Amino acid sequence: MSRLWAKIIGLGLLVGLLLPGIAAAAGPAADYLVLVADTRKLTGWEAWWANLYNESHLYFTLLTVVIIPVVGLCFGIIADIVMSWIGLDLKSRELAEH
Amino acid sequence: MDWLYILMPIAGIKILWPGLIILGIGVGILGGFFGMGGAWMVTPGLNILGFPMAFAIGTDIAHMAGKSLISTMRHGKFGNVDYRLGFIMLGGTIVGFEIGAQMIMWLERIGEVDIVVRYLYLVLLALIAWMVFADVAKKKRKEREALAAGKEFDKLATGLEWHKTLHKIKIPPMVHFKTAQIYCSAWLPIFVSFFTGWLAGILGIGGGLIRMPALIYFIGCPTHVAVGTDLFEVMMSGLYGTATYSYKGRVELMAAMIMLVGAAVGAQVGTVATKYIKGYGIRIAFGLCVIGCALSIILKMLAKGIPAYGGLFNGAATVLILGLVSAMSIYIFVRMIAGARRELAAKKSGAQVSIDGG
Repeated sequence: MSRLWAKIIGLGLLVGLLLPGIAAAAGPAADYLVLVADTRKLTGWEAWWANLYNESHLYFTLLTVVIIPVVGLCFGIIADIVMSWIGLDLKSRELAEH
Repeated sequence: MDWLYILMPIAGIKILWPGLIILGIGVGILGGFFGMGGAWMVTPGLNILGFPMAFAIGTDIAHMAGKSLISTMRHGKFGNVDYRLGFIMLGGTIVGFEIGAQMIMWLERIGEVDIVVRYLYLVLLALIAWMVFADVAKKKRKEREALAAGKEFDKLATGLEWHKTLHKIKIPPMVHFKTAQIYCSAWLPIFVSFFTGWLAGILGIGGGLIRMPALIYFIGCPTHVAVGTDLFEVMMSGLYGTATYSYKGRVELMAAMIMLVGAAVGAQVGTVATKYIKGYGIRIAFGLCVIGCALSIILKMLAKGIPAYGGLFNGAATVLILGLVSAMSIYIFVRMIAGARRELAAKKSGAQVSIDGG
């Protein structure tokens, strides 16, 4: 037990020694390359989506972060219905070992 | 054959959409089975289909968040997700990830990022593969010893038991994780998740590849609970990554949606397959995947080191990864179908017996 504690304290000290170096090396972030979506060939919702991307990355992000889990949830529910229709037991698992 | 290609509105390139669905199915199966996001397979896969690397990474993370939600829902129904453990690990994962990402910025400034990341990845994969197969070998040895001594072998026994030593650390608060059947200091999952998050931040992956074995060997989760809980973590960190990459303008949502169609099917197959395969079967398959990934990285390093044969080694790496994903997916699919048929047949004969008996 004391050897385990000695190892843990040693690792903790090592991390503590490394942290100031990491903080000192960190500097201001480089400028990102800005991309612009080409909307000339797009129509309908695709044009709207690309224009939203060009105008505001914040709204684009908010919509993306909402759409992904909502679509995932919908697909998950549909999959649940299909698997239940097949007749498999989806609530328990026989094998309880490691 | 133009109908096989679809224009991506943000990236402005045409992509083979059946390739996206196939990639989604394959990674959905492997993700649902092993509890990983699959970035190490999907990102190069998207790059091969034609996405620039930054878009490949961002789109992969977005699809990974959705796919992991589907798998978590399924694993949750099986009782494989320890939500308390997942939430406690979340903070450590995010903080560790950010520190890892900052270290990458520092390595980039001193011009050492490529070589450090590649070698670190290789060392890590070798360590994970060693852990898995050492664990399997130790368990088999215990089984042989029990048989030789004429004793009954405990099916719940494991090979490597490092978690038992770590559970002796009694720094409060002590927490009981009901689903994982663990009682330990809360600092243990926090520290483990910080460490795995840090590695994920440096390597630019979701972390499932590292977190799943960490949950098994350092925290002591049963394999199925490690898979389910890890998927929960991947889902949360995936949403965070989606937000970051969307804000930077590097997510092609249309491609992520198309992949999700395939992943929704694949995730069901992979998750349900865990019902019919023992924990150690999952561990061995995971170990083989890790070895395949390591070999692929070695081939890519050889391609860079010996430019004369660069095309050959790069091609071999691609074939290896796609071949591995396909072979594993087919194996899991076949096992799932076989298991499902057995279960339905047993249900039918059980129902027949009760009808006849009634």
